[in-house]
Formats: sequence, C-alpha cells, structure tokens
Amino acid sequence: MENILEMRKISKAFYGVQALNNVDFSVLRGETHILLGENGAGKSTLMKILSGAYHKDAGEIYFDGEKIEISTPLDAQQKGISIIYQEFNLIPGLTVAENIFLGREPVKGNRLINWRVLNENAKAILDKLHADVSPTAMVATLSVAEQQFVEIAKALSFGSKLIIMDEPSATLTPAERDRLFEVIRDLKQAGVSIIYISHHLDEIFEIGDRVTVLRDGELVATDDIKNVNKDLIIRWMVGRDLTNTYPPRTVTPGDVILEVRNLSRRGELHDINFNLRSGEILGIAGLVGSGRTELVRALYGADPIDSGEITLKGRVLAIKTPKESIRNGLGLLPEDRKQEGLVLEQSVKNNVTLANLKKVVGSGLINGSEEKKAVDSYVQSLDIRTPSQQALAKNLSGGNQQKVVLAKWLFTDSDVLIFDEPTRGIDVGAKYEIYQLMNRLTEQGKSVLMVSSELPEIIGMCDRVLVLHNGRITGEYTRDQFDQELIMRNAAGEAS
Amino acid sequence: MQVTSVEKKQNFLYRLNNSYYKPEIFAGVGLIILSIILSFASPYFLTRNNLINLVRQISLYAIIASGMTFVILTGGIDLSVGSIVAVTGTFTAGFMKAGTPVWLSILIGFGMALLFGLFNGFVISNTRIPAIIVTLSSMSIGRGAALLYSNGYPISGLPSSFTSFGRGYWGPIPIPVYVMVAIFIITYIIITNTRFGRYVYALGGSEETVRLSGIAVKKIKTMVYVISAFMAGISGLLLASRLGSGQPLAGDGWELDAIAAVVVGGTDIAGGRGTIIGTIIGSFIIGVLNNGLNLLNVSPYLQLVVKGFVIVSAVLVRAGVVKHK
Repeated sequence: MENILEMRKISKAFYGVQALNNVDFSVLRGETHILLGENGAGKSTLMKILSGAYHKDAGEIYFDGEKIEISTPLDAQQKGISIIYQEFNLIPGLTVAENIFLGREPVKGNRLINWRVLNENAKAILDKLHADVSPTAMVATLSVAEQQFVEIAKALSFGSKLIIMDEPSATLTPAERDRLFEVIRDLKQAGVSIIYISHHLDEIFEIGDRVTVLRDGELVATDDIKNVNKDLIIRWMVGRDLTNTYPPRTVTPGDVILEVRNLSRRGELHDINFNLRSGEILGIAGLVGSGRTELVRALYGADPIDSGEITLKGRVLAIKTPKESIRNGLGLLPEDRKQEGLVLEQSVKNNVTLANLKKVVGSGLINGSEEKKAVDSYVQSLDIRTPSQQALAKNLSGGNQQKVVLAKWLFTDSDVLIFDEPTRGIDVGAKYEIYQLMNRLTEQGKSVLMVSSELPEIIGMCDRVLVLHNGRITGEYTRDQFDQELIMRNAAGEAS
Repeated sequence: MQVTSVEKKQNFLYRLNNSYYKPEIFAGVGLIILSIILSFASPYFLTRNNLINLVRQISLYAIIASGMTFVILTGGIDLSVGSIVAVTGTFTAGFMKAGTPVWLSILIGFGMALLFGLFNGFVISNTRIPAIIVTLSSMSIGRGAALLYSNGYPISGLPSSFTSFGRGYWGPIPIPVYVMVAIFIITYIIITNTRFGRYVYALGGSEETVRLSGIAVKKIKTMVYVISAFMAGISGLLLASRLGSGQPLAGDGWELDAIAAVVVGGTDIAGGRGTIIGTIIGSFIIGVLNNGLNLLNVSPYLQLVVKGFVIVSAVLVRAGVVKHK
C-alpha cells in the first residue's frame, strides 16, 4: 500500500519551547493509524499542524503524492484532510443537513437555498454511513454518538481522504462505540484513512492497523499493531516500565459512616440504598445514562432529590445544597473538572481555597501569607506540579488539575470524597498517582465514592462496587466477588 | 516523579503565559503616551487649572466605573447606571425643595438608587433573563421615573449646605476627587483581599464551579448590582450637588463611558479577568481624551468618533496580546 500522508522532520516551537522535534509520521491509504502519547507529548500539536490550525516551523508534508502547504483549517479540508475534535464543531441550533453543508449550501439559480437538494445530499451521505439520523433533525436534539456521525458525514462531504479523530470513543457507550468501529471499517473499505487518537489502550487493538507513539515532542516508534502489546506501548509512552496499573489496596474498611436510604429523583434515580465505610473505596459502575453521575450529584446536593434519607456519622442530613454537604464533610470532584471543578482563569492558590476561604480570613480580609502557607502544604503533599501557586489552573496538565480539585476538598476537611470519573483525560503516569492518592486518603480514614466508566479501574481500585442500570442498583459485589463480565451484565440490565 | 526537561521548559512557558495577562500595563503605557502627546499639542494641558478640572470631570464616572468593574467581572453588565444618576439627583433635589431635611432627602434619593440595584440583582440572579435586557429595562424605567417626577425640568434652588459639597475644595483639590480616591481604595481592597472579591472573579470564570463549591451564587450576583447602583447613587448625589439642581437628563450616556473605562482598562467583558487599577487607568484615558480633544478645539461630533476608535483599538491591542499566547 502507498502512503496517503507523509510528514517529514516536522518541528514546532512555542516561545522557544520545542513542542515537536523532527517528527516523521506517515499514514497508508485506507488504514487506521493509532496516534498515542501522554498529554504534552505533541500529538495534538502534530494534528493541529496537519489540520491547518498551527503552522509548522520546519519540515515537509506530502499528501496524496504531492508536496503541500496547509495554511488554514479550511485549506486542509479542501485538500481532503478533516479533523473531528472531542468537542464537536457543530452548531446546535441548525439542522443536520445545514451543519454538514455549512457555508456550501446548494442554491437555486439566484441566492436562495435549495432545501430539497440540501436535505437529499445530506441523506445520501448519512445513508452511506448507515447512520439513522434525519437530515432535518436539529443537532441539539441528537445524542453524542449521532452528533459524531454528523461530524463524520461533514468530513465525507468534503471528499476527505484522511479523517483525524480525537478520542472519538471517550463519551460513547459500548454499543455506540461498536457502531463507530463499523463505520470506521466501512470508511477503510472505501479507501479513507483514519488517524485515531485515544487514551483507551484496550480498544486500539480492536480497531488499529498501525500505531505511532510520541513522547516529549519526539517520535518514539511506529509499528504494526500486531507486533506490539499493551505493556510495550505503555513503556513507549512513559519511557519506563509501569509494573502495576493499580497500586495494591491495603486498608481494611472500618465502620459505616454514610448511609443512603430510599433515595429517589424523578426520572433519574429509583429507591437507592447503600452505605459507605470509613477507609473504603466504593465504586459505582454503570453505562452512560444509568444514573451514575446523577446519583452522586443528588447525594452532594447539586441536584434536588424527591425523597430519601442520608445519614452521615449517625446524623440525618438535610442536604439540599452543596453548601450543606460541604459543611458536613462531603466533597465532589466532578466529571467535567474544567467547567465544574475549577475556575480555569484563576490561580492554583485561588482554586484550592475557594470553597473554604473563611479558614484564612482574619477580620474580614484574606490573610495572604497564611493562605500561601496552606496552599504550599498541599502543593507539597499532593506533589502538584506547577511553576508557582500563582500559575493559572488552565495551564496545568489534567492530572495536576485533578490534584488541585482534590486539594480544594482537603482544605475543607472533607471526610467523604466523591470522584466522578477520577482519571478521565489524565495520562497513564498521572493516573497511577491519583490512585495512590486515593489509597493514602483511605489510610487516613477518609472514604471514597468513585464513579467510573472504566471497569478495570473499578476492579483495580474499589473494595466494593454498586452497579446501576436505569437509575436502580442492579448489583453489589465485594472485592472477592469481582468479575468484569458479571458487572457488565448487571450494567446492561440483564438478570445475573 | 522526576521533572523532565520538557516540563521545565513548560514551566517557563507558564510563567511567560501568566505574565502576559497584564493588560493594565498596556493601558498605563497608552495613558502616558496620550498625555505626552497632549502636553505637546496644547500648552494648557499641563496647567494646574486644567489638571484640576480634568480630575473633577473624571471623578464622577470613574466612581461609576469602579462599581461597573464588579458587574463586568462576574460576566454581567449594568446599563442602568446613567439613569440611576438622574433618579438619585431628581428625587434628592425634589424632596429638598419640598422642605425635607437635607440628610433625609439624600437618604431618600440614595435609597432609590439602591432599590434599582436590588431590582436588577434580584431579577438577574433569579431568572434566566440576561443582564443586558434587565438593566436595559431599568435604564428605561429610571429615566422615565426621573422625567415623570421632575416633569422634565431641572429641580434647582437647593440649599448651600447641600451644594457646598460638590462644588467645594479641600486644599487645591475638589471634594469629589477625594471621594473618588476613597472609593478606589475601598473597592481595591474588597476586590483583592476579601472573600466576596474572590467569588466575583470566580463567578465570571465558572458559575457552576462556584455553586458546587458551596458559595451562595445568587447573593453574590445580587450584591454586584447593588454595588454598581450604590456607586451610581454617589455619583448622582455629587453631580446634583455640584450643579445645584436635580436634572432628569443627567448621566445620559454615562453607562457607556463607564463600560468603556472598564474595558479600556483591560477587564474582559466576558468576566473573570480584570483589575480595579485597570479601571482607574481606563477612566483617566477616557477623561484625558475628552479633555484633550476639547483643548484642541475638536468638534464634539468628531470627538465621539475619535473616542469610539480609541475604545476599539484598546480592546484590539489586548485581544492581540491574549491570543498570541
């Protein structure tokens, strides 16, 4: 097979920092090429150069047999290179067809849009994808998976020969993911090449043909997927062996400290009962839409509940707002940490102290030196890698951002820490650190409630797991009963 | 874990990045350049009389701009401040003229201002109506109320115990300037050193994070509009006192000057970023510009055009700086 794309000796620096250094990267016609690397390894910089968002400092790009220069995203698209970002570039208030042909609407003689042709053209492309999406549906009403199909349809409408997908499966259910893989296989059949970026090391063996790993802005290796295994890839990514993915659990849970009875929230949660022990890590498993996030948000007072009783350390709580739950020792590390856990434009220091500023306030004014000292102790103990306390939260890596959110709740003296997708978007090395921190917290007698869509993470870290399906608990297992298949069956709503 | 060389390089990038968002430095340089040009262009610019006149002119809307800074930092906007100036002035003057004691009249006029602030804050924090619509409405309500109450005419003939304040001097400097300085110091302390100040910034950055951190979002939101109205009320009292009358058309368009001062001073109109120091500099840029164009005998119509271009280029410079990181 011939190369559709060849990038030679690509370099790119930002303010004198080398983000890419002489990187060679090539993609064959009709292959799925997996691109891997930790955050900051340079994979998004490379893809942004390819899609016209950044300009390279040095190097050459050959596409479809020709040497090309890519000046803008539109230019890349017209040359046949499309990128589908994790956050879609769709306009929610427009229809599927309007989004696909945005800026290229077919017109009737004069300047009026020819709606019939527009919708027919959109339908033809969607049919090719076997996507059951109506061209006239408003994008805002579609599921994440359907929106992804619209993005792919848009890329095809440009006659793309190369489609870059940035973590396309991150927010899909297993069934939706399988559909996506079918579509990718169809595209390959049609000669379209895919560059597939993922943090999910399991799925790449299912869908990939070749794999390239970048580290610290340099090419580590490119190889056929059948020649490599997970351990080798991790070694390439982090530059060393990660002997264990999960640190061993050593804490024996103590007494029950949190009890939830008959918790319900109309349409989302039905009659939830469980308890949590001190020093315990309790997992909550379930598919997207099973009520995982809804459960912890309701428990935390972020969303109102219709009925139920929550008892913490023997006292019945009237949790109606986050304020009350924080006062009672709960802390939530939300799934969307950039929008709900942090204020990105504020400093690390301001983020850490946000929820409990009164601790460092004397006579109405914030005591700057006391605040700095407190924050310093968390930066040290959690090993938050930041140039200074004054650095803005947005400039930290995902793992360090998560540590800042954790520091925020340690600063409020939380006893029960609720982690919603604790390691989403965090690279392999930093994940291990987060797990170690969870263990350390439980050693100190704190409890962890952990929602995760990654079953290996639940099985690796939890003492016990609750399985949710359609807002009901369909299974509960202790560590010695853990069985991935059994949990999946519960989560899918099949009788166990 | 070891800090890799790339991480060290990134640390450097972070520092550069962080030092990049200091738009008030650009505004300050702009102010200095503007002043140097004017001092060459007009021999009167640097005279004592002109400078005193200049700071007195600036003081009235700079006070409003300091309140506006709180609102804009939360991601909101307050268009009603100009009308609140008129409401405060006419009601205070009206009650005084009717024989109500001076202190009580002031309290009533000022109370009207706070009422507008509470209305804005309550509606904005309890409904989904955008701040621009709510305050546009109260802008109209306020102007209408001032015109109704005064029948459209200035209410003049106010006692000297009231007018002496706005017209008076302590030493060589007009009293309103002292008020402005005091307000700047107080707002600076509030914004940089209190919990409330932190919450204002955080709210402009991410409202959901603030809510999930157990902070009473509605209270903070209401407060910023009350503060904004409070400042407009003070400005309204000072203006009525200086003019010796309550004028229903007073403060017309001041909301735009105040917003311009805040934005030129580098505060992000989307909220979350900005400083009071920037607003001080921004107020002076607008004031110096007005004053300088007058000294140079530029027609008032052309002045508006020039002012518009200065505002848009100031924001452009800032946007360029932020984007390049």
